[in-house]
Amino acid sequence: MKALTVERIGLCGPGLLSWTAGRETLAGGRPYAPDPLPAIAAALLPANERRRVTATIKLALHAAQEAVGPASAAASDEGPAAALPTVFVSSGGDSEVLDKICAALTLPDRAVSPVHFHQSVHNTPSGYWSIATGCRRPSTSLSAYDGSFGHGLLEAAALAWAEATPVLLVAYDLPLPFPLSDRRRIVAPFAVALLLNPHPAGGLATLRLAPAADAPASQLTDPELERLRAGNPAARALPLLRAIARQTAESILLVERGRGIRVEVEPA
Amino acid sequence: MAIKPLALTARTVTNALGRGLAASLSALRRGESGLRPCDFEDAALETWIGRVAGLEDEPLRGEFAAFDCRNNRLARLGLEQDGFAAAVAAARARYGPERVGVFVGTSTSGIGATEQAYRQRDPASGALPENFDYQHTHNVFSVADFTRSWLDLNGVALAISTACSSSAKAFASAWRQMSAGFCDAAVVGGVDSLCLTTLYGFHALGLASPRPCRPWDRERDGLNVGEAAGFALLEWAEPEDRRVVLRGYGESSDAHHMTAAHPEGAGAALAMEQALARADIAPERIDYINLHGTATPSNDAAEDRAVLRVFGADTPCSSTKGWTGHTLGAAGITEAIFVSLCLEQGLVPASLNTRQRDPELGAGVVLENRERPLLWAMSNSFGFGGTNCSLLFGRNDG
Repeated sequence: MKALTVERIGLCGPGLLSWTAGRETLAGGRPYAPDPLPAIAAALLPANERRRVTATIKLALHAAQEAVGPASAAASDEGPAAALPTVFVSSGGDSEVLDKICAALTLPDRAVSPVHFHQSVHNTPSGYWSIATGCRRPSTSLSAYDGSFGHGLLEAAALAWAEATPVLLVAYDLPLPFPLSDRRRIVAPFAVALLLNPHPAGGLATLRLAPAADAPASQLTDPELERLRAGNPAARALPLLRAIARQTAESILLVERGRGIRVEVEPA
Repeated sequence: MAIKPLALTARTVTNALGRGLAASLSALRRGESGLRPCDFEDAALETWIGRVAGLEDEPLRGEFAAFDCRNNRLARLGLEQDGFAAAVAAARARYGPERVGVFVGTSTSGIGATEQAYRQRDPASGALPENFDYQHTHNVFSVADFTRSWLDLNGVALAISTACSSSAKAFASAWRQMSAGFCDAAVVGGVDSLCLTTLYGFHALGLASPRPCRPWDRERDGLNVGEAAGFALLEWAEPEDRRVVLRGYGESSDAHHMTAAHPEGAGAALAMEQALARADIAPERIDYINLHGTATPSNDAAEDRAVLRVFGADTPCSSTKGWTGHTLGAAGITEAIFVSLCLEQGLVPASLNTRQRDPELGAGVVLENRERPLLWAMSNSFGFGGTNCSLLFGRNDG
């Protein structure tokens, strides 16, 4: 099985404000307190864009930025971020924007806001990331519903091997606004970004992955962390993040509706 | 070195020209457009659309009833044509249901179901109607989930949603996931259906033409939204394969603007160059380019610069949006399959509705159908967010 290295991680969720701040909690060295996420600034974007971007865009870009290193994300043809192909994955995209469009379409003039319309595409965070970092490399945006993180990881690995270059994977999902929240429960915002290197050397951990048969999914022992894992498709990454934080060799199984993805984690 | 080619071992298209390959090929040959003045639901817009007739009367029933929405009805209709489901069933038997991947591009999936549900909200509580099923209709993954379920497959399954490049990029995802060994064969496809979101959204951006769209025309004034489903079964090609094969793909980002294409078409040119590089072939050998060609003034201008930069002015090219309208997330698969038909038939289709080429533009856009043998052809798909994908197909001349 081919391998790839996790070079860096970006993290943003309740009580896990960054990988740097959250890894000790995930390793079990500090109790987990699911404090609500404070407002996030889209520091990466130019002022005129910053004003109108949504919570979804900000969350995705925030995690992405930590994974590439704050300095390298600045727009520059030379910056490392500009050289990275990307995979963005989210179960449902920007439901805040979709809610506003569907609400506008119930009114007599059906005046869809042009900004909402262009932000309604699933690849909006990818587009803003490309603009902010000056990145012209390939980027894809995916969904596999509750299996989004695992399928994004497969795509990112395949992309890294095909392009023979490090790849940035960004997974994010946020609670839906009412009334959509009645039909799709996401318990809290969560985003994770992994900088994956197809030439294994050092880094935080080495991963080997493959589609697998059905078996019980890996879970977390802390009830609050497990609630987050089960309640946000991007947070399905938590067992993998815990293994990396603990620096233990583990076999993680990501499972959704009968399809499994096996991730073998080897500490650095 | 050229990448390992993938053969299109089964394929199908359904769009405003009709159901199945024969309907599209016949219309392409005869120069008959599928566009009509907007008659979708109660949309009061002065524009033309490419609508698939009959979807309103063909609900999904039984074990698939939860998936019922216009987008999944269109997916089903597509899967039922040209013996496609039977070809996939044979592949499932050969490889195993867990080894055939599903990669479906869509832009809006079944958002039409949510549009309707919002119009039926409870006046007091604001709640959505009981029968609304978000997961199986509106959610981006719904159409990939439906496709996988309808074909009884259980391997990797993804919805790719990068606006109007979605189903072109499905080919790239399938190639790399097959190369990585995550699956042994792939169903790639694209499905996007008419909805108020895109009709009123493009109207709000001033990009919807009040007339049949005219790509590359000096009087072009916007796009027509269309709907389509298309699918292809991809398997590793045999040496000297007689079928149409995917020889290369290129993907890039504009890093420029969310809705406006890069004025010099820098990202588009990069995608085309990468597709050529993957096939290890010189641009002079390309016999035909199916342009993205939406017929908005700035998109066509940007693509024109990119084509000129990579190919010069002599490569025959055309946009087939005048036949189908812009089928958004389904445009990539629709035009990839058109290209495969053109390679087999030796047909360079005209840019339908284009009467007078814009003198400001220089690409070799053809205004009449031409019959001539073709060996190599490219298809371009570009989308909001500055996402670009070019696919390169070829056939052996035997």
